[in-house]
Amino acid sequence: MKRITTIMAATAALFATTGLARAEGELNIYNWGNYTSPEMIKKFEDQYKVKVTITDYDSNDTALAKVRQGGSGFDMVVPSQNYIPIWISEGLFLETDPGKMENFSHVAKEWQNPEFDPGRKYTVPWAMGIVGTVVNTDVYKGDINTWGIIFNTPDELKGKVNVVPEMTDVIDAAVLYNGGKKCTGDLAILKKVRDTLVAAKPNWVAMEYGTIQKMGSGDFAASSDWNGSAFRQRLANPAIKFGYPKEGYVNWSDNLAVLKDAKNVENAKLFQNFMMDPANAGMNSGFHRYANGIAGSGEFMPADMKGAPEIDIPAEFASVGVPSQTCPPEVQELYTKIWTELQK
Amino acid sequence: MARAFSIRRQRGFTAIAVACFFALYLPIGVLVFYSFNAGESLASFDGISLRWFAKAFQNQQVIDASIRSLQIASVAAVVATIAATMAALATTRTEPYRGLTLKYAFINQPLMIPEIVTAVALLIFFARIKIWTGYSGLGYLIAAHTAFCIPFAYLPIRARLENMDLTLEKAAADLYATPWNAFRYVTLPLLWPGILAGFMLAFVISLDDVVITEFVKSAGQDTLPTYMLGQIRRSITPEMNAISTLFLLLSIGVVTVFFIVNRKRV
Amino acid sequence: MTDAAGTIEAEQSKDIRKRWLLSLPALLIILLAATGPLLIVLLYSFLAPGPYGDVQWAPSLEGWIGVFLEKDIFDETLSLASAHISIFMRSVGLSLVTTILTLLVGFPTAYFIATRPEKTRELWLFLITIPFWTNLLIRTFAILEVIRNEGLINGLLIKTGLIAKPIQMLFTDGAILTGMVYVYLPLMVLPLYASMEKLDFRLVEAGYDLYATPFRVLRKIIIPLVKPGIIAGSILVFIPALGAYVTPSILGGGKNMMLGNLIELQFGQGRNWPLGSALSITLMLIVMVALLVYVRNAGSQGSRHG
Repeated sequence: MKRITTIMAATAALFATTGLARAEGELNIYNWGNYTSPEMIKKFEDQYKVKVTITDYDSNDTALAKVRQGGSGFDMVVPSQNYIPIWISEGLFLETDPGKMENFSHVAKEWQNPEFDPGRKYTVPWAMGIVGTVVNTDVYKGDINTWGIIFNTPDELKGKVNVVPEMTDVIDAAVLYNGGKKCTGDLAILKKVRDTLVAAKPNWVAMEYGTIQKMGSGDFAASSDWNGSAFRQRLANPAIKFGYPKEGYVNWSDNLAVLKDAKNVENAKLFQNFMMDPANAGMNSGFHRYANGIAGSGEFMPADMKGAPEIDIPAEFASVGVPSQTCPPEVQELYTKIWTELQK
Repeated sequence: MARAFSIRRQRGFTAIAVACFFALYLPIGVLVFYSFNAGESLASFDGISLRWFAKAFQNQQVIDASIRSLQIASVAAVVATIAATMAALATTRTEPYRGLTLKYAFINQPLMIPEIVTAVALLIFFARIKIWTGYSGLGYLIAAHTAFCIPFAYLPIRARLENMDLTLEKAAADLYATPWNAFRYVTLPLLWPGILAGFMLAFVISLDDVVITEFVKSAGQDTLPTYMLGQIRRSITPEMNAISTLFLLLSIGVVTVFFIVNRKRV
Repeated sequence: MTDAAGTIEAEQSKDIRKRWLLSLPALLIILLAATGPLLIVLLYSFLAPGPYGDVQWAPSLEGWIGVFLEKDIFDETLSLASAHISIFMRSVGLSLVTTILTLLVGFPTAYFIATRPEKTRELWLFLITIPFWTNLLIRTFAILEVIRNEGLINGLLIKTGLIAKPIQMLFTDGAILTGMVYVYLPLMVLPLYASMEKLDFRLVEAGYDLYATPFRVLRKIIIPLVKPGIIAGSILVFIPALGAYVTPSILGGGKNMMLGNLIELQFGQGRNWPLGSALSITLMLIVMVALLVYVRNAGSQGSRHG
C-alpha cells in the first residue's frame, strides 16, 4: 500500500511541475473551437518567430464573461458581430486601427465599414456565414428556400427535422418568417412567433448541433443550419442542399480583435494584418469552410470551395439577407421567455 | 452433480452483473472499432486504417489537452482523496458532536450546486486573484477540481468506515501502538477498498469535468473535455475516437501496473 | 467520581478537537473553491441584471420573484412560473428514476464484485471504471451509435430478420434513461462495493441456518448492512443527475429543457445572472433539505453502530 501511495504521490508531483517553456514571442488567441487552420498558424509562427497558443470557447457569452472578468491572459478574441458593439462599449477591445494597416486594402468593399465596427477601428474579418436550412432532396423535392421547412414542415419531412438550438437564430428565423424585423420588440409579431414555434415543435425530431453527422447518416432529413456546415454535408452527400429562406435570413460574421489587457500587443497587431492577406485568409477558409471577407482569397481556397452555392451567395437570394445585430436587452429578455416557453 | 450451495449466491445477481459489464463495454467496443475507421464518418465503416491516430498525434492542441487533463485529474484526485479520507475519519464512528451535521453538509456542498453556477462564481472569484497575484497557472483548475472531487471521494470512504467497528483499533491501542501505527497497520488496510473506490471516482469525475474547467481555465489551459466542447458547434472529428482509444489503453496500462505493484506487495 | 467524569469529558473534547483538525484540509479547500463562490452567487441573486450579462450593483428582488412568478409577456398577467416548475419536475423525475435504475443494476453488480475471490476484486472494480476514462461526450456518442436507426442493435436485428424496419430508439425517453444509467453507474457501484466488501457472511450464514430464503436474507440481512453504501450511492447519483443535460440532450434530442439548461441559459444568452443565481440557490436549498432528511432517516442505524 505504501508503495502505491508513493507512486501516486510521485506521479502527482511529476505532473504538477510542468515548467512552462516560454518562447521568444508569444500570442494567446481565444477562439471558437476547431476554427483556426493549424497550417496557417504554423506559417505565422515561422514568419514572425512567435509561439501561438489557441484556447477554445464554445459561445459568445462564455467568451464575453471570461474576458470581462479579466486575468485569463488572452491577447485576441474572435466574437460574432452581434456581440462586437457590446465588447466595444464595455471597453474590452484595444483600438488597433486595422483600417490603417498595410493589408487592409484586401478587405472586401462591403466589409470595410461595417455597422458593428465603423471604420474598422478594432476588428478584422475572420469568417462569415448564413443561417438557413439544409434539406436532403432525396426525401423532399419541394422548395427548400423557405423557413417553411422548419416552421410549416411538409409531410415528407415531419419527424425528421432538426433545429440547431441557438436561441437567437431560431427566434430570428421565426420573426422573419412571420414578416417581422430582426430584434423586433413588437408584441403582436412576437406572439405569432411563439405560436409558430409551439405549433412547429411537434414536427421536429431533435434540437441539437450534430447536423453534419446526422444529416449524413439519415437520422435527420432537414435542419436549420449554417452554410459552412451545409457545404460539408453536401460534399458527403450531393443530395443535401442548402436553402436560402426567401422570407429573409441572417448574415453573421466573426471578427478578430485585440483585447485591452493583451500582453502581446505587437504580435497581435501583426496577426491582424496577417489575417487580411488573401493567401492566409484563403488558407484559413480551407479549414473552417466559410467565406472570409478578404477579396482575392478565393484562389487560395481548396478547389471544392470555388463557386460552391453555399459559400458564394447566389444573386437572386442576396437581397433578402439581413445583418446580424445586437438586440436591445428588453428584446433579448422577450426572446428568452419565448425560448423557455418553447422548451419547457 | 448439483452445484454446491453457496451462501454468497443471490439468484440472478451474476446474470445482471454480467449483462451490466457487457452493456458497459458494448459502446466502448464500437468506439474502439470506429477509431480504426478509414472513412470520415461514424455512419459507415470504410476499412481499417490508423489515419485518425496519426492525425491525433500531429495535433499538438489535442496532445497538450490530453496531458493536461491527466495532470489535473491525477493531482486533484490524490489531494481530494487524502483530504476526504481525513474528513471521513473525523466524521464517522462518533457520538454526534456539535457541528457534525453541518460539517457533513459542508463537505457535500460542491455536489449540491449546479456546475454552471460554481463555474461562474469561480470565474469571478479566481479572476480577482489572478489579477491580484499575476499567477494564472494550473493551480486554479487543480483547486477547483479538488474541491468538487472531495464529496465523490468522501462518500465511498465514509460508507466503508461506517461498516467498520472500532474493536481492532482499540485492540491496537491496548497493545500500545501509537495512533499513527494503529492507523497505518489496522485502519488503513481495512479502509483501503473505500479509499481506492473514492480515488477512482474522483479521478474519472475530474477527467470528465467540462463546465467548471471552461470558466476557470486561463490562456492555453484547454483540457480534453473543453477542447471537445469547443468543437460541438462544428462537428466532432474522428480523431476524438482515436484519442479515446488511447485513453482506454492508458487506463488498462495503469491498471496493469497497479496489479504488478500489488502482486509484489502481497 | 467527579474526577473520572472530568477525565472522560476532557478525553471527549480532545477527541472532538482532533476530529476538527482532521477535517480541516477538506473544509479549507471547500471553503476556498466552493463556499466562497457560493456567497458570490447568493449576493448576485439580490442584484439587478446587467444589460449584456453580469450584474449591476443595484439591489433587486427581480431574480427571486422570477424564480416563482412569471409575467405573461403578452397580457402582463402574473402567474406561477409554470415553465420553471415543469422543467424542475422533469429533472427531478429523471434523477429519481435514474437513481432507482442505477441502484437496481448497480447493487447486483457491486455484490458480484464483492463476492469474487479477494485477489480479483480490485480488477473487477477497475473494469467498472475503465469505460469512464473516455470523455462523457464521446461515451454518449458511442451509446448513440449503438441505438441509432442504422446503429448496431437495429443493424443486428434487421440482419437476423427479427425486424423489418428499424425501431426508433434514439430520441426517446428510453434512450435518455439508458444513457443516464450508463453514465452514473460507477457513482452507484463504487460506494456500494466499498460498503459490501467487508460484508460479514457469518450473519448471512446465520440467516440460512434459520431457514430464510435467499431473498429474505438479502432483504433482512444484506441490505441493512450495506445501507451506508446505498445512501452514499444514491446521493452521488441523484444530485449530479439533477443538473445533467449533456446526456439527455444528445440521446433525447434536446427538445425539452433540463434544469441544467435553464440555469445555463440565464448565465448565457438569457443574460439574467440574478435569475440564474436565484434558481441555483433554490435548487441547492431543496437538495440540501432533502439530503439532510434522507441521511437522518436512512442513516440513523448506520452512523450509530461501531
